[in-house]
Amino acid sequence: MPVTFTLNGKATTVDAPAEMPLLWVLRDVLNFTGTKYGCGIGQCGACTVHLRGRAVRACQTPLSNVSGAAVVTIEGLSADGTHPVQQAWEKLDVPECGYCQAGQIMAASALLAVRPAPTDADIDAAMNTNLCRCGTYLRIREGIHEAVRVAAASTPTMKQSKEAK
Amino acid sequence: MNLSLDRRSFLRVTAIAGGGFMLASYLEPLDLLAQGRGRGSAPPLSPNAFVSIDANGIVTITAKNPEIGQGVKQMLPMLIAEELDADWKDVRIVQADLDAATYGSQSAGGSFATPSNWEPMRRIGAAARHMLVAAAAQSWTVPASEITTTPGRLVHAGSGRSAGYGEFASAAARLAPPDQDTLVLKDSKDYRIIGQPVPGVDNHKIVTGQPLFGSDIKVPGLLYAVYQRCPVYGGKALSANLDAIKALPGITHAFIIADGVGGGSMSGVAILANSWWYAESARTQLKVTWDNGSATSDSSADFATRAAELATETPHGTSRQDGDADTAIAGAAKMVEAAYAYPFLTHAPMEPPNATASFKDGKLEMWAGTQQPGGVVNTIATALGITPDDITVHLPRMGGSFGRRLYNDYVVETALIAKEVGVPVQLRWSREDEMQHDVFRPAGYHFLKAGLDAGGQISGWRNHFISFNVAGAPPVEGRNGQPASLRSAGSSTLSGTEFPARFIPHFATHTSLMPLTVTTGAHRAPGACAISFVMQSFLDELAHAAGKDPVQFRLDLLARPQIAEGAGGGYDAERMTGVLTLVAEKSGWGRRELPAGSGLGVAFHFSHRGYFAEVAEVSVDANKRIRVNKVWVAGDIGRQIINPLNAESQVHSGVIDGMSQLMQEIDVQGGQIAQKNFDTYPVLRLRQAPPEIEVHWLLSDNDPTGLGEPSLPPILPAITNALYTATGTRVRSLPLSKHGFSWR
Repeated sequence: MPVTFTLNGKATTVDAPAEMPLLWVLRDVLNFTGTKYGCGIGQCGACTVHLRGRAVRACQTPLSNVSGAAVVTIEGLSADGTHPVQQAWEKLDVPECGYCQAGQIMAASALLAVRPAPTDADIDAAMNTNLCRCGTYLRIREGIHEAVRVAAASTPTMKQSKEAK
Repeated sequence: MNLSLDRRSFLRVTAIAGGGFMLASYLEPLDLLAQGRGRGSAPPLSPNAFVSIDANGIVTITAKNPEIGQGVKQMLPMLIAEELDADWKDVRIVQADLDAATYGSQSAGGSFATPSNWEPMRRIGAAARHMLVAAAAQSWTVPASEITTTPGRLVHAGSGRSAGYGEFASAAARLAPPDQDTLVLKDSKDYRIIGQPVPGVDNHKIVTGQPLFGSDIKVPGLLYAVYQRCPVYGGKALSANLDAIKALPGITHAFIIADGVGGGSMSGVAILANSWWYAESARTQLKVTWDNGSATSDSSADFATRAAELATETPHGTSRQDGDADTAIAGAAKMVEAAYAYPFLTHAPMEPPNATASFKDGKLEMWAGTQQPGGVVNTIATALGITPDDITVHLPRMGGSFGRRLYNDYVVETALIAKEVGVPVQLRWSREDEMQHDVFRPAGYHFLKAGLDAGGQISGWRNHFISFNVAGAPPVEGRNGQPASLRSAGSSTLSGTEFPARFIPHFATHTSLMPLTVTTGAHRAPGACAISFVMQSFLDELAHAAGKDPVQFRLDLLARPQIAEGAGGGYDAERMTGVLTLVAEKSGWGRRELPAGSGLGVAFHFSHRGYFAEVAEVSVDANKRIRVNKVWVAGDIGRQIINPLNAESQVHSGVIDGMSQLMQEIDVQGGQIAQKNFDTYPVLRLRQAPPEIEVHWLLSDNDPTGLGEPSLPPILPAITNALYTATGTRVRSLPLSKHGFSWR
């Protein structure tokens, strides 16, 4: 039975099995490949997306759970890549291989949405279930603090979009 | 190793459409030399890199090597752009496809991109600049020697003229390339790009989730495949309930591949669907009759038992012998004996192995994240009955690798499946596939004995290293009249020159082998990632037994005369002394009081041409929970840190990867792998990472070398040595969890 939900602000209808994980709906049905597969068992966080504003594991979220809900993926976190976390990640050169970073950024942005100025302990608690095999953790932690500074500097005026590399 | 380049390379220039020029340099594929292949015979000349400049001055530089997170995609272009005197903001970087005829060697491994490309890439940039200057000189009718450049611009001060590179790109394309020997490279004090912090070229795509990785590839009509191999490593599929599988939702194909065709490919059952999830779900219904093969005799527990038995027997062989170790130890003032062991490991890159292939009209197009793309084409061509020229390989970014994708088994299997079905296919391994069918880091067992003289110096050292040979493999013919020997399993040998060899007058390394069917191979810092723990831990034991400070004990050892005979190349005691002294100073070694339950540990290791010494500060609570409070790293990789921003990342990565290894184990049980996912194969998490990793560079007058690997090995013993200081417990086997330790 078709399921309708809002994906990155757009009404989207998918005709797929109710139990199909959102991860594979995004990647293989809708071709939104920014959300990554890492483990399939909710252990690594590579597939983190926002569901109703909260960070969830898309590999553990059946399609039926998103019916009528708002889903945001890395592709929709900002219109032009200027979410403070995205800016901070580029500024501090957080990624190494980069594969886990969509999940890291979605987890970090969900944290900042509820805690605009998180402590290291807040960051540890929120980010501990997002694995990075390259070991970019120190810059992830610093990146979140940097995102707080970016957000403070960018309000209330609109930020100029960052030049594409 | 002598890395000086043969300058008998030449340049080729080609005009490109729209005005502008392309420059290619022909150089020897040095990495073949580094890998020991082709040594002694002149390798063929092959093109190595190119740069193009369009009429608007946009400089497009091709990144020839595969990117796995090591930062090579900006590093090699930085070298070209520097000598070209390009304005970095006008540089665009494109990833090369596999094309050995144009680019020469294209691989990621051995931390080799820097040493093998440092000079040739800069020469390419310098040659391009030379031609632009010559073109401007002709146009302006002034001597070329009077023309200088500022980033992206040609300037003639005398006449006040200047022009962007784009204005002369077309004219430059009509000039003959210069003789490389006449090129003068910049003095390092004039560098504008090298030495600057340059962020990753793909960062914007990464943070906005744009398609970039192999598993992001989409082509029209793409099907997704899973490939079920035998749960017992290397077994073969005899029959399966294929009809029942094909009747499941979304499934388009299900078939058996009876046997591997080389390149590590194996028998298995392919299931294809129009979403990977359908294929993966169908796998739960799959019933296969397997021929389990011979790996059923492989068990980690049995290997450990057998190794202990072999340790009491006469060794099978001796790989190094200086003086008379046994006599020296027997006559020593003090004798120390210890058995060390480390387990098998899997690579666990965040992006599991995958590849995409389309086979049509006898041509194969592939998108394959692989560290060695050149190594797979011939195997595939033979298997598919086509020629290497019929194969195109694109090189998408890889979501980590750590050595996994040096092995192309999944690439070959993708090609086989694509040919079978005749439509585009993406084979994606699950995490479980990756953990159970890896090319594993081999376990190893070291039975060590050493003597200390009255002054606390090591008088004799004996190691009986018990490792693996490839079960059933034909013996390797001996060289120089030596008898034939068993074929060692991948990455399971101990170099005769491994430290402290050469620094101890009476020294012996004996070896014994156990047959192994499971495949082993390179794991980030191959060999060193395991050996450093053993050598630097046992040295630490000796330091404490001698009543010496662990840093001073090591400095004293490094100061001893090296035994020249059979030395082999490459160990510069002065450089290691330098980084050890530096890390001791920066960490406050011997100058800081730490609370009970806390301690510092030190270790150093030389690998991949890099000298690294590291100090870890740990705290351990009553429940044996460890916190690594801080790590200090001192590294010597030559006179120039090419990209300090990425260099720091690579060191963080080495330290954190090494910490992961302290808690990881692949347990082989009758040829099956007990660990299946991250819940049983723990990767270090953010909260467990040290809050601070302080990185210091010792700039020595040596050409720069690579950084993907050498910072990793010493962190393991630095931490276990710190655990000894903090708790009095000497850890002699890994993982730490077997001794009741966990991360806090």
